[in-house]
Amino acid sequence: MVVFGQFLEVLIGGLLAGVLYSLVALGFVLIFKASGVFNFAQGAMVLLAGLALVRSLDFMVARGIPTWAAIVLGLLFAAVVMAITAAIIQRFVLGPLVNQDGLSLFMATIGITFVIEGAGQMIFGSDVYPLSLFPTDAWFILDGIFEGGLLVSKIDVWGGVIAGALVAVLAIFFQRTKTGRALRAVADDHAAAESVGIPITWIWFVVWLVAGLVALTAATVWGTKLGVQFSIVFLALKALPVLIIGGFTSVPGAIVGGLIVGAGEKIAEVYLGQHIGGGIEYWFAYVLALAVLLVRPQGLFGERIIERI
Amino acid sequence: MLYREAGQFKTSYAADMAIFPIRQDRIGVIALLVFAFVGIPLLAHFQLWPLGSDYFLRAILIPFLILSLAAIGVNILVGYCGQISLGSGAFMAIGAYSAYKFGTGVHIPLEFLGTEISIAPLPMIVSILLGGLMAAIVGILFGIPSLRIKGLYLAVATLAAQFFFDWVFLRVKWFTNYAPSGSVAAPDFYFFGYLVNSPIERYLLCLVFVTIFALIAKNLVRGNIGRQWMAIRDMDIAAELMGIRPLYAKLTAFAVSSFIVGVAGALWAFIYLGAWEPLAFSIDRSLQLLFMVIIGGLGSILGSFLGAAFILILPIFLDQVPHALGVPVTVETVSHLVFIVTGALICYLLIVEPHGFARLWSIAKEKLRLWPFPY
Amino acid sequence: MKADVQERPETASAGHVVADRVIGDVVLAVDNVSLAFGGVKAITDVSFDIRKGEIRAIIGPNGAGKTSMLNVINGFYHPNQGTITFKGKKRSQMRPYIAASQGISRTFQNLALFKGMSTLDNIMAGRALKMRRGLLWQALHWGPALAEEIRHREAVEKIIDFLEIQHIRKAPVGKLPYGLQKRVELGRALAMEPELLLLDEPMAGMNLEEKKDMSRYILTVNDQFGTTVALIEHDMGVVMDISDRVVVLEYGRKIADGTPDEVQRDQRVIDAYLGISH
Ligand SMILES: Nc1ncnc2c1ncn2[C@@H]1O[C@H](COP(=O)(O)OP(=O)(O)OP(=O)(O)O)[C@@H](O)[C@H]1O
Ligand SMILES: [Mg+2]
Repeated sequence: MVVFGQFLEVLIGGLLAGVLYSLVALGFVLIFKASGVFNFAQGAMVLLAGLALVRSLDFMVARGIPTWAAIVLGLLFAAVVMAITAAIIQRFVLGPLVNQDGLSLFMATIGITFVIEGAGQMIFGSDVYPLSLFPTDAWFILDGIFEGGLLVSKIDVWGGVIAGALVAVLAIFFQRTKTGRALRAVADDHAAAESVGIPITWIWFVVWLVAGLVALTAATVWGTKLGVQFSIVFLALKALPVLIIGGFTSVPGAIVGGLIVGAGEKIAEVYLGQHIGGGIEYWFAYVLALAVLLVRPQGLFGERIIERI
Repeated sequence: MLYREAGQFKTSYAADMAIFPIRQDRIGVIALLVFAFVGIPLLAHFQLWPLGSDYFLRAILIPFLILSLAAIGVNILVGYCGQISLGSGAFMAIGAYSAYKFGTGVHIPLEFLGTEISIAPLPMIVSILLGGLMAAIVGILFGIPSLRIKGLYLAVATLAAQFFFDWVFLRVKWFTNYAPSGSVAAPDFYFFGYLVNSPIERYLLCLVFVTIFALIAKNLVRGNIGRQWMAIRDMDIAAELMGIRPLYAKLTAFAVSSFIVGVAGALWAFIYLGAWEPLAFSIDRSLQLLFMVIIGGLGSILGSFLGAAFILILPIFLDQVPHALGVPVTVETVSHLVFIVTGALICYLLIVEPHGFARLWSIAKEKLRLWPFPY
Repeated sequence: MKADVQERPETASAGHVVADRVIGDVVLAVDNVSLAFGGVKAITDVSFDIRKGEIRAIIGPNGAGKTSMLNVINGFYHPNQGTITFKGKKRSQMRPYIAASQGISRTFQNLALFKGMSTLDNIMAGRALKMRRGLLWQALHWGPALAEEIRHREAVEKIIDFLEIQHIRKAPVGKLPYGLQKRVELGRALAMEPELLLLDEPMAGMNLEEKKDMSRYILTVNDQFGTTVALIEHDMGVVMDISDRVVVLEYGRKIADGTPDEVQRDQRVIDAYLGISH
């Protein structure tokens, strides 16, 4: 029972951590579906959003603005920063690159990554900034069943709740609003969408904005967990293997992929890591993705495309 | 009026297929090589500008040569064969650590068989080439997914290589000969019994490597295999229908590319760094190499040199110029500026001139050829 | 369309009158081939054959499955049912490069040139299969490797002369006009010295002059090298003019097969074509 209890604890922790990967992966899927761009900059966007939030927050709190107001204003400020970023990316990079092949677009997003990282840190600073939006202690659950109970960290639960809420909001956005429906039309067929008068550039801006807001959400949780710092970029990069596992074009795929990666790497770390040196969380997700690629190149949920010539 | 091909009739296909079919180009390249092999050592010997101190050799020329070599390797894979790689740093690391192991003696205890594999330390040149070979083998392994997946998917596969080998060289102490700090120091470098030690000797060694491999790379890309790589890059389905085997074309690109990158990694560790940690070959290095190739010119050997030069000089430039202008900037600001400028330049070039500096150079030459008649 | 069909008798008789052309045995047989993409049935139970040395046309309205048929023949699509027999060897699943190495080459409906390469390199790439020097020799670009390169260059120059594209030899193909790109693509296919040449709408989008040139190239290739040709073409005049036998597809099914004369008189063919011109 103790063994099983420990396993369950690791599993729950992993799944909750995986929710955040899902969240970042969701940002990727949105952009990929709407504009065919594989956005390497998603991680940098999480960093930028986090920096904008924490720095404006600190600034206001230091000037005596009540915390709750500072949080609201800080979130607003970060959202505006993400909107400006989205507009700049759309106007100056992706606009001119429209109709280029996927590889060029991808390399352009690597360029964007560097600009965001450089500019973000130059403007907002490059230290580790603690953020405390959520409680970081832990609960013990099920101590009736397991001796000592299972340790579940509150911040992970918060992360799960927020991610769930965000997915719900996005679902409503896509199903119920006009822009959301237009977005889906664009994702299905660019040319057709354009021919019925959906303004593509506007849509792409919206997509990047939504991806930016998703990044902000991820930043609140990760920032609280680890402090806002540069290494968040690499954490967010794990959304890439998540996508490979889930399939690039599938929203449910992103979510399930995130959970698989989150749980898988924690379990691997605890049960495998101790035998081979530890720290395998660092690469586990990527190697798992590689394995999936070899077996099922389109991912678990992606559809198989037969190429034409 | 000096730079012209008029009057130079090509008498044979062999002449037409030469690397530099235009005579002025040939003369220019020979002059450059003579300067690199003779002029620079002379300048250094007599301590003439800009080689009055070691700085120029140590901090600029040697890293420039090695990174150019690595960029050539990356360019073969990304620029010629169209297979994106975000894991070149890992292949440099494989080259470096393998060469280190071969150079200091390999011992693999096989206790369960009651025996062990033992190889005495090998000469450095052999070790470095074996380092390249190991990188090539691993390159082929990580290239196998490229047969089923394309473009962006492959990016993730190469990231897997990057992160996995970062970890291996950090955690598997065998590779670092159980050095407690995890950092290793290169053994002395003997070139056929001669100790290569002074900066100018190191420089010459790198130059020999780079010259030979650049020539080999150029030969490959203008021959049959090079055309197969480019065919796969431009239109892989049509290439296969023309009888080009994707398996062979892609895996040779991975092998050749990784080999060159591996050799560059070994040189980087042995000649440039001297002592190093796994961090020297992180994903930052991979992205830096990718940037060199994009900025210099995808699918151009010359571009690999131009890109390496740019990426190397940019931080120095951004550091020196504000100082010269009396605007003090911190080290941090410089590094952030480097990020911004590089990233923005990448985007700009992808939009305006996807073939990078190399294309700009050939356009300039084209203009020169017509000069002074602007048509 | 209708006009073309009626005009044919004169053109057909005035068509290729080549005394020493020999039409031989069946070189490629398609037997009961079916192919579906998910729900879409691209080809349903189609059989026909191609004889050595002939020019075989495949015609049919848009979406009839013509391109898919060529893709099956050179191994790019694998049929759900049925077999392909080439030079007496039966196969159902095979990689395209194997078909290529057996002597099948191809041009494409929507140009599939190697855009970043020059005309010369595109056509040289067509000879990849024939070049045997290993990597090490190529790395030296010397001795046997250089000799091989020159030998193939000579062969390619002959093709370049034949297609009259000397002036664009070193030009990157991506920037060439459409008609020339089509010609380069033919050159690339010819460089493989195929036994069976598959041409997917080689004259689509060309003006009359260009069409004449292209017809001439095809006839010459067929005539002088004995290359068997399978040709998809929408221009009925051309089809009736240069082909020996015609197979007609509609909605993935074969609706007629025979000489241009026979096919043209076939009521179902007339209906199919009238159906789309009205
Ligand atoms: N890779 C593919 N995936 C899905 N459907 C396909 C694919 N290739 C062809 N099809 C479908 O198969 C059918 C036949 O297509 P095909 O291209 O063979 O027609 P075609 O006769 O060449 O037409 P056209 O004259 O327009 O070139 C069409 O309905 C097409 O949409
Ligand atoms: Mg077709």
